[in-house]
Amino acid sequence: MHYGQPDERGRFGRFGGQYVPETVMEALLELERQFQSAWHDEAFRRLFHHHLREFVGRPTPLYFAERLTEALGGARIYLKREDLCHTGAHKINNCVGQALLTLRMGKRRIVAETGAGQHGVATAAVAARFGLECIVYMGEIDMERQAPNVFRMQLLGAEVVGVAEGSRTLKEAINAAIRDWVTNVRTTHYLLGSVVGPHPYPVMVRSFQAVIGEEVKEQLLEREGRLPDYLVACVGGGSNSIGLFYPFLDEESVQIIGVEAGGRGPGLGEHAATLSFGTPGVLHGAHSFLLQDRFGQIASTHSVSAGLDYPGVGPEHSFLKETGRVTYVTVSDREALEAFEELSELEGIIPALEPAHALAFLRRLIPRTSKEDIVVVGLSGRGDKDLQLARQAMEEYHHG
Amino acid sequence: MGEVATRMTALQRAGKKALVPFVTAGFPTRDVFPQLLEEVSRFADIIEIGVPFSDPLADGPVIQHTSQVALEQGVTLPWILEMLADQQARASVSVPVVLMSYLNPLLQISDGDFFERARRANVAGVIIPDLPVEEGAPYEIAARDQQMDLIYLIAPTTSQERARLIADRSQGFVYLVSITGVTGARDAFPAETFDFLRRMRALTNKPLCVGFGISRPEQVRQLAPEVDGVIVGSSLLRVIMEAPSDPIRAAQRMLTPLRRALDESWSPSSVINAE
Ligand SMILES: Cc1ncc(COP(=O)(O)O)c(C=O)c1O
Repeated sequence: MHYGQPDERGRFGRFGGQYVPETVMEALLELERQFQSAWHDEAFRRLFHHHLREFVGRPTPLYFAERLTEALGGARIYLKREDLCHTGAHKINNCVGQALLTLRMGKRRIVAETGAGQHGVATAAVAARFGLECIVYMGEIDMERQAPNVFRMQLLGAEVVGVAEGSRTLKEAINAAIRDWVTNVRTTHYLLGSVVGPHPYPVMVRSFQAVIGEEVKEQLLEREGRLPDYLVACVGGGSNSIGLFYPFLDEESVQIIGVEAGGRGPGLGEHAATLSFGTPGVLHGAHSFLLQDRFGQIASTHSVSAGLDYPGVGPEHSFLKETGRVTYVTVSDREALEAFEELSELEGIIPALEPAHALAFLRRLIPRTSKEDIVVVGLSGRGDKDLQLARQAMEEYHHG
Repeated sequence: MGEVATRMTALQRAGKKALVPFVTAGFPTRDVFPQLLEEVSRFADIIEIGVPFSDPLADGPVIQHTSQVALEQGVTLPWILEMLADQQARASVSVPVVLMSYLNPLLQISDGDFFERARRANVAGVIIPDLPVEEGAPYEIAARDQQMDLIYLIAPTTSQERARLIADRSQGFVYLVSITGVTGARDAFPAETFDFLRRMRALTNKPLCVGFGISRPEQVRQLAPEVDGVIVGSSLLRVIMEAPSDPIRAAQRMLTPLRRALDESWSPSSVINAE
C-alpha cells in the first residue's frame, strides 16, 4: 500500500482545498511552487536539517518511561521528547522550515497566530534568528492564561497583538493573522502553526513535522529492533500528531490514536473535539471537520489546554478519520490534569497540558495491551507555560 | 444570462453606472431591516445583502461588527431567504438581489440545495468571498441551473493570466477589489487602484464593479469612469450603525450624494464603448 496523499490539488480525499479570498491566491500558488522546489532541493533539505540540529537541538530523545510503564502494568511506554526542543515544543520544527522558505521567497515580514503561545514563541525565535520582522496575533483570553509566553515573544523581538473579537482565543487569532496577510501579502508570509488552512499549508507543515516520526522509527528500530504497536498523540490542529503518524501510515501493524480535547463534556461549546463531535464544512481555507451550529456558524470551544482550543482540525485528519486509518478519542480536562500530575511525579517530566491529553489516554489503552507491546506517545511540549493554570485547576478539583 | 447580467448590460447600453449598496442582513435589527432594504434599494441598481458569518476573514472592523450584531439577533440564512421571498411578494425591492456569503453557511443549508432555495427567494446572484475559481466549478454549475449569476472577485494582486480566467468565468459582473486588503473605508485610493481598473477594462468585456473602501462622492466620481458600477458597503453600514434612532434617514442621506455623483459620471463615450 502507498498512502500518497494529498493529490496535486491539495486534497486528502474530499478534504482540504484552497478556500481563501482572491487577494492571497497568487501568494498561495507561489508558496506552493516555492515549497515544492525547496523540498526537492537537496541544499534546502540540508540547510533545514542543519538548523534542526544546531538551533532546535534535534534529534530529540525517544525516552523509555520506566516508572510509568510499571505503574500502568502493560505495554512498554516510550515518550518522544519534543518538550526538549528549543522553545519547548514541536512547533519550532515547522517554524524553521517556513522561515527558510520566507527567506527563499525574499520576504522580510512574518505574521503568525498563537493559542498556547508555543507557536508564537517558536515563530518569534526563528524571526530573531533569521532577522525577520514578526507580528503575532493572540486572543486576549489566551494572553491571560499563557502570560509567560507573551513576555517571551516580546523579549524575542516580536510584536504581540491582542485579539478582542469573538471567543478571544485561537480561532480569532487566525482570523486576525489572515486579515493582516490579506492586507500585506506582497511583503508578508503567513507562518501558520499547524496542518490546517489552505493548501499547501497542511502538506507543507506535515513535511516539516514528519521529522518526529522519522526519528521515532529509526530510534525504535535501534532500541527494540521493530516498529511500535501503538502511536498516541494529541490533536489540536493536528501538527505534532501528523508529524508522528505520517511515517507510519503505510505500516499496517501500527495502530494509531489521536486524542482530542473533551473539555467538560460532549455538549457543543464544552469541548474542542472536532473529529469526535464535528461535521464537515469550510473554515480558514480548508474543507474539514468543524464544530458548528446547524446554520454553519462556527461554535465556541472549551479546553483547559489553549493549544487544543480550536473548532477546526487539519483536513488530513478528517481523511484519516473517514478512512478509519486513525482512531480519534477524547480525554476530559480532568483526566488531562491527572496525567499532568502523574507524569511529573513518576518521571520527573512536566508535560504541557496538550500532550497531557495523549498521556491520559494511556489509562484506557494500557489495560488492553500486553507487556510485549510498545506504545509511543508524542510528548509535544513542556509544561512550564501551564504551571499557573494547572495549579488553579488542580486546587479546584481537589477542593471541589 | 442571469438577471444581474441583464441589468448590467442594460445600464451599459444606456451609458449609466450601477450603484450597488451592501447591507448586512438583519442589521441593525431584524425588525428594521426589511424597511431599510426597501429604502436602500431605491438608490440601487443592484443590491448586495451580506449573510452574517462568525468568521468573516475578508472583512474589516465594520462588517465584522454588523455580522456579529446580526448573529446575536438570530439572523440565519433560512431567515434571510424567507424575508426575501416575502419582500419580493410585496414587490418592494425592484432591483436584482445578490447575496454575499462565506461558503460555510451555504454548505450547511439542510433542507435542499442552497441555489434552489435562493432562486425561490428571487435571489439573482451570489458572491462567495472565500471561493476562488479553483474551487468554484460545482457552484457555477449549480448557480447556472437556477439561472443565477455566480460573481467572482479579482484583486490587485491577481496576475493577468488568472484575471483573464476569472473574468471569463464570472457571471453577471466581475467584482474588482479596489485595494490589497479587507473591506473598510479608505481615505484615498492609490494610483495602483486606477492602473488596476484600467488593466481589467482592457482585459475583458464583462461588466466591472469596483468595491472595498468606497465612501465619498469624490471617490465615486474618480472611480466610476473606469468601471460599470461601484459597490458601497462598510461606509454605508457605519452611518447606519451610528444612527440608531433613525438608521433609514441616515442611509438616505449617505446615498443621495453618491447616487448624484454616479449619475454625473454618465458620459457619451461610455455609450460608445458599450456598443
Ligand atoms: C505543546 C503543544 N502540543 C500540541 C499543540 C496542538 O497543536 P497541534 O495539534 O498542531 O500539534 C500545541 C499548540 O499550541 C502545543 O503547544
